[in-house]
Amino acid sequence: MGTLKEQFWDPVAGFGVTFRTMFRKVVTEQYPFEKFPTAPRFHGRHQLNRWPDGLEKCIGCELCAWACPADAIYVEGDTNTDDGADGSGRFSPGERYGRVYQINYLRCILCGLCIEACPTRALTMTNEYELADTSRESLIYEKSDLLAPLLPGMELPPHPMLLGADEGDYYRGNLHPRKAEEGDA
Amino acid sequence: MTQEIVKSDLVTLTIDGIQVSVPADTLVIRAAEQVGVQIPRFCDHPLLEPVGACRQCLVDIPDAGNGRGFPKPQASCTLPVAEGMVVHTQATSPVAEKAQQGIMEFLLVNHPLDCPVCDKGGECPLQNQAMSNGRGESRFAESGGVKRVYPKPINISAQVLLDRERCVLCARCTRFSEQIAGDPFIELLERGALQQVGIYERQPFDSYFSGNTIQICPVGALTSAAYRFRSRPFDLVSTPSIADLDACGSAIRIDHRRGKVMRRLAGNDPEVNEEWITDKDRFAFLAPRQDDRLTHPQVRDEDTGELRVASWPEAFAVAARGLKDAKKKVGLLPGGRLTAEDAYAWSKFARVVCRTNNIDFRVRPHSAEEAAFLASTVVLGAPGVGAVTYADLESARTVVLAGLEPEDEAGAIFLRLRKANQAHGTRIFSVSAVGTRGLAKTGGQLLPTVPGTEASAISALASDGEVALDAGGLILVGERLAGVPGALSAAAALAATTGARLAWVPRRAGDRGALETGCLPNLLPGGRPVADPGARVDLAAAWGVAGIPDNEGLDTDGILAELRTGGLDALVVGGVDPADVLALGGQSDKLLRKALKKAFVVALEVRSSAFTELADVVFPIAPSTDKAGTYVNWEGRVRSFGKVLDNPASLPDVRVLAGIAEERGRSIGVRTPEQAWAEMVQVGPWEGPRAATPTVVSTGSTDGGANGALVLSSWKQLLDDGRMQDGDDHLRATARRPVVLVNQATFDTLGVPEGDDVTLAGPLGSVRLPVAIGEVADGVVWAPASAPGVSIRHLVGPAGAVVTVEGGAQ
Repeated sequence: MGTLKEQFWDPVAGFGVTFRTMFRKVVTEQYPFEKFPTAPRFHGRHQLNRWPDGLEKCIGCELCAWACPADAIYVEGDTNTDDGADGSGRFSPGERYGRVYQINYLRCILCGLCIEACPTRALTMTNEYELADTSRESLIYEKSDLLAPLLPGMELPPHPMLLGADEGDYYRGNLHPRKAEEGDA
Repeated sequence: MTQEIVKSDLVTLTIDGIQVSVPADTLVIRAAEQVGVQIPRFCDHPLLEPVGACRQCLVDIPDAGNGRGFPKPQASCTLPVAEGMVVHTQATSPVAEKAQQGIMEFLLVNHPLDCPVCDKGGECPLQNQAMSNGRGESRFAESGGVKRVYPKPINISAQVLLDRERCVLCARCTRFSEQIAGDPFIELLERGALQQVGIYERQPFDSYFSGNTIQICPVGALTSAAYRFRSRPFDLVSTPSIADLDACGSAIRIDHRRGKVMRRLAGNDPEVNEEWITDKDRFAFLAPRQDDRLTHPQVRDEDTGELRVASWPEAFAVAARGLKDAKKKVGLLPGGRLTAEDAYAWSKFARVVCRTNNIDFRVRPHSAEEAAFLASTVVLGAPGVGAVTYADLESARTVVLAGLEPEDEAGAIFLRLRKANQAHGTRIFSVSAVGTRGLAKTGGQLLPTVPGTEASAISALASDGEVALDAGGLILVGERLAGVPGALSAAAALAATTGARLAWVPRRAGDRGALETGCLPNLLPGGRPVADPGARVDLAAAWGVAGIPDNEGLDTDGILAELRTGGLDALVVGGVDPADVLALGGQSDKLLRKALKKAFVVALEVRSSAFTELADVVFPIAPSTDKAGTYVNWEGRVRSFGKVLDNPASLPDVRVLAGIAEERGRSIGVRTPEQAWAEMVQVGPWEGPRAATPTVVSTGSTDGGANGALVLSSWKQLLDDGRMQDGDDHLRATARRPVVLVNQATFDTLGVPEGDDVTLAGPLGSVRLPVAIGEVADGVVWAPASAPGVSIRHLVGPAGAVVTVEGGAQ
């Protein structure tokens, strides 16, 4: 048996906390009806970026897959070709591009080591955090799900390099509309 | 006494303060490995001559053994040890460390640092050693230096790509090509900063061993078209295995990713292939991945007459019922691609389930003489019990080749013979019609022989003073010699009279294993002769069966002949190219096709073929990557390998045959390769008397020479139209261009310029191919038995056929 204070005063004092809180600012977030922006450098879903002409920055080097501690990334490289009339097999500047690119969000821990490993800044992370779904398959994101959308002025690959003579111009940031004399190679 | 000699050969020196004794003439770089110091290196390779090209292995030598030191750091890969020498490596000496860092900085001045797109990235000695022995920063780039660039990559052959900017000029590739393969089509060109590896512009890097340069390149300068951008080292799971495309038993490493083989590399087996393999062993691995790979058992539907997919139990039951209903005898053609375990299962299946000796692994020209030769002379030979080995090739004084072109048919033998000839002048003689480039590279001499007269040519060697074959000599006979009556008898007799040792070199990986396990009409497992009642009883007791069929069976020719005439009404066939079967008899395809349609045919195949189209039951068989097993190489050496990929869609032959046998009610007692191997060991080799050596007398003559007719000499080149090489177009593009090779005298009668097409006509038909002049025996014309797109053995005729060559337009 407690003291008189414990028996009679403490239960009432508890309601005091409730009463006091009624006049304070509400901290409950009405997610998903109201969404707040994340911190600017929040680690969300990945994105595969493009050069301003629409070519992919990814060169299929697999360094992201190598860096991944959760083995969530699967990449297969392939060779760009300039054989066709419109550079039919060119998806990125240079020789190599990522033909297959998958991130398994059931495994991904969003640690960001992959984007640190990326030598071309092809892989970055967005702030999007709504990564829930109902099946395993739908949580393995393919290259088409990860690629950045085409902005105005971008052209859907495959197409030839439009902004420099070779991949070196792209990597050095020496981007300029391609002149006629800068061969097709 | 012995110990003293050994001791006096040792040289004692001090490396990083640790005293070590190594044999005289050891290089400092390898002596340092003995004390656990890894000196960085690029050009140094244990199997190549020292060259000191890259300078990365510089060490400080304050005392060269004579009390005086070298004033400057020395390349440890070219410096032999000396008594009392004192060496300071980068581990203890700031001088050596600074020198190495300086060299690394030089090497990286023009290196593009494109590691992310480079195939070597992750397994690159340059990458690794730049991290371990390089400076963190490049003063060249900081001071605004501009790297030398080249367009890249360039094809130096259809299969090998060269990125010149990545090259560190270590000259491993050029030294390999010159010293090991003997194909110096790749060389260092230009000087100074422009020095680069290159080829003569009109002559590609045409070598059967070019893939080795890719593997030994310490940077990503040489890459293969087949593997380019396919994978990364950390993706790959590596499994040691054995090459399945020739009888050399070369050690390889299979790298695979997610159930697909990505590449093959040479393994390191000093007793067999050292560190080298042929391009076929390296690149021809895509055949099981073709669209026509069988994935389900199939049976012929009784109503529609078409093949339909069936379950394994149904297919087993149908096969067992068909074999039971066969009123007459059954024939079995297991082919030459089996592992020893699978061959054993075939052999036991024939004797226990089909109760016949009609089994023959030879699907090529063969003879009863050959079967007797194999039973008497070849079977049960192994390195431990006196058979010829690679080491013997290297130390032999004289080697006689008969019916064998090592460069095309056994690449590892070719490299050993070349090494023997280069190292101590082993004399090599070839009983052949053609003096090939391969023979010239081994320093060999042609003993010109018209096809068909090999037997007398071999017999004549016994008294040939120039060849002077004696107990220090070796005779290597190829499987092609079986097509010449008397030749194998003559070779055996030559070995007996001269004391030279004899070895038989087949072409396919499974031939020798099939021989040891008794896939022959006259031989039971373990070299037991069928004709010997004791051997039959011995085997029947080991197997726990009532008896073994006592009469010798039919060979492949016999099986096919009986099929045509209806003497056999069931055939079990596996790994056999239908075109080869057709070419054997030289008879009408239609007759055989009709006979096969009528007979009950069970086909065990990896991929669908004309045989599976004719079969009544088809079983998908695991290729060598999907099962464990053993190949027995030409020496008789047991070469076991493990399973690389797990693929439940197909089974090893042994499991399929066990399934049929159980449905038939006559178990073969083993179901897995492991069980088969255990039983093979238990059954053991035959210790009783061997069959007698054949003494077939040569008929000796051919029709060649008479009336201007020519005799065709022909064999399969390394790269041809074989089904095992399907899928890699780059590899096939490096195959040698088929030509009709004639000597100058024959050429003069043709009246066309060299390189023009001529018509080669034989018993089966004719082809038009460019003509070339070569060292060819009189009255002989040579053409490859098969080449991509042109199968001369089917279009013109087999080796030994009488042919005509005509110039001019068709």
